[in-house]
Amino acid sequence: MKVNGFAHPAPSDPRRLLSDHLRHDLGLTGTHVGCEHGVCGCCTVLLDGAPVRSCLMLAVQAEGHDVTTIEGLAPGGSQLHPVQQAFHECHGLQCGFCTPGFVMSVVGLLAQHPHPTEEQVDEGIAGNLCRCTGYASIRRAVTRAAVLLAPLTPDPSPLGGEGANPADRSSSGGEGAGTSP
Amino acid sequence: MKPPRFEYHAPSTVEEACALLASLEDAKVLAGGQSLMPLLNFRLARPSHLVDINRVGGLDRIYERDGGVAVQALARQAAVEDSELVARACPLLSAAVRLVAHRVIRNRGTVCGSIAHSDPASELPAVLLALGGHVVARSKRGERRIEAGELFAGVFETSIAPDELLVEAWFPKSPKPFAILEESRRHGDFALAGVVRAGDRLALFGVAPTPVLAGAKDPARGLQPSGDLEATPEFRLHLVRVLTDKAFAA
Repeated sequence: MKVNGFAHPAPSDPRRLLSDHLRHDLGLTGTHVGCEHGVCGCCTVLLDGAPVRSCLMLAVQAEGHDVTTIEGLAPGGSQLHPVQQAFHECHGLQCGFCTPGFVMSVVGLLAQHPHPTEEQVDEGIAGNLCRCTGYASIRRAVTRAAVLLAPLTPDPSPLGGEGANPADRSSSGGEGAGTSP
Repeated sequence: MKPPRFEYHAPSTVEEACALLASLEDAKVLAGGQSLMPLLNFRLARPSHLVDINRVGGLDRIYERDGGVAVQALARQAAVEDSELVARACPLLSAAVRLVAHRVIRNRGTVCGSIAHSDPASELPAVLLALGGHVVARSKRGERRIEAGELFAGVFETSIAPDELLVEAWFPKSPKPFAILEESRRHGDFALAGVVRAGDRLALFGVAPTPVLAGAKDPARGLQPSGDLEATPEFRLHLVRVLTDKAFAA
């Protein structure tokens, strides 16, 4: 499997969760582990570009796929990713425990809806729990991230605007969830 | 917290998967994993073998069949949510899938997995029942069609045999008017109670061991839902009546 662009062998023990593999075997402790049953959203990573819960996947299942963790968003650490920058500017974090999961979910949300409505913002972050901020600043951060990302995103005329539904991708293997090996 | 020990199998064809299911004792099929993995993490499920079908090619299609929509075993809920075909032929399914957990879960979770898991409070089994759809189960013995009315046997129980793989769910074209309404404590949670209307048919979920068909006039008749910290039986019955009235007011 590729993690943040680098190839790594899958663990030999099939019951190793992807979240534990990232943290314990690869030392990528930016992916946090909260509830380990898919509720809190802390462990969210990108699998072939789409956000998924790494605690609800076996690491062996990621073999042949691209995994992106929070460490892979701003490689080198010189400049924050626009979503990280927006969280920083809008005080979208306090203790920071939930933040990596939020950031990865928001990266996925803005890839799906580059100009999200308020409802889409709420829907997009509903699967992540934060016990500090009360969410208001996180919602602002999502809106700000969309603004920061806009000049970086090529105008996605065929897939982008809310009026234009993404083409039916069902026959070609689902919504970026990496169904084919 | 770690899953219990199991032997892991990753077949690449349906035939291989069926051969494994026929020969292995105490095997579970792993598709999207959004229900099974939590059960493993909590060690509430301890199967000896996991048959991971995610490497099976050509099992993720969503296509038109017999005037309805067929959703194969590896079609993710997110793909069904975005599918123009589903939006056109079975908008009830499009509406229902949006109520399943959150988008990040739906990126991985499958429609067929929800049906095979058969949580009494989940939406998709009730949609299949309200529409009068069916599933297709494959095994070494052959293929058979199981009508929705024959499928749901109890809490987390279906009539799919241990050696069978649910390869496809079929949803008829949704009649008009249709509606799916539910009440939950938090967005994305399992419903305390919910109703699905498909034309004149009504299916309820969250109020019995399986989804059930009911009459719109007195939908709560004969039901004995369980109570828990989130809702008493009486409150669940109240919700069923109110949601049914709303669904049929349209």
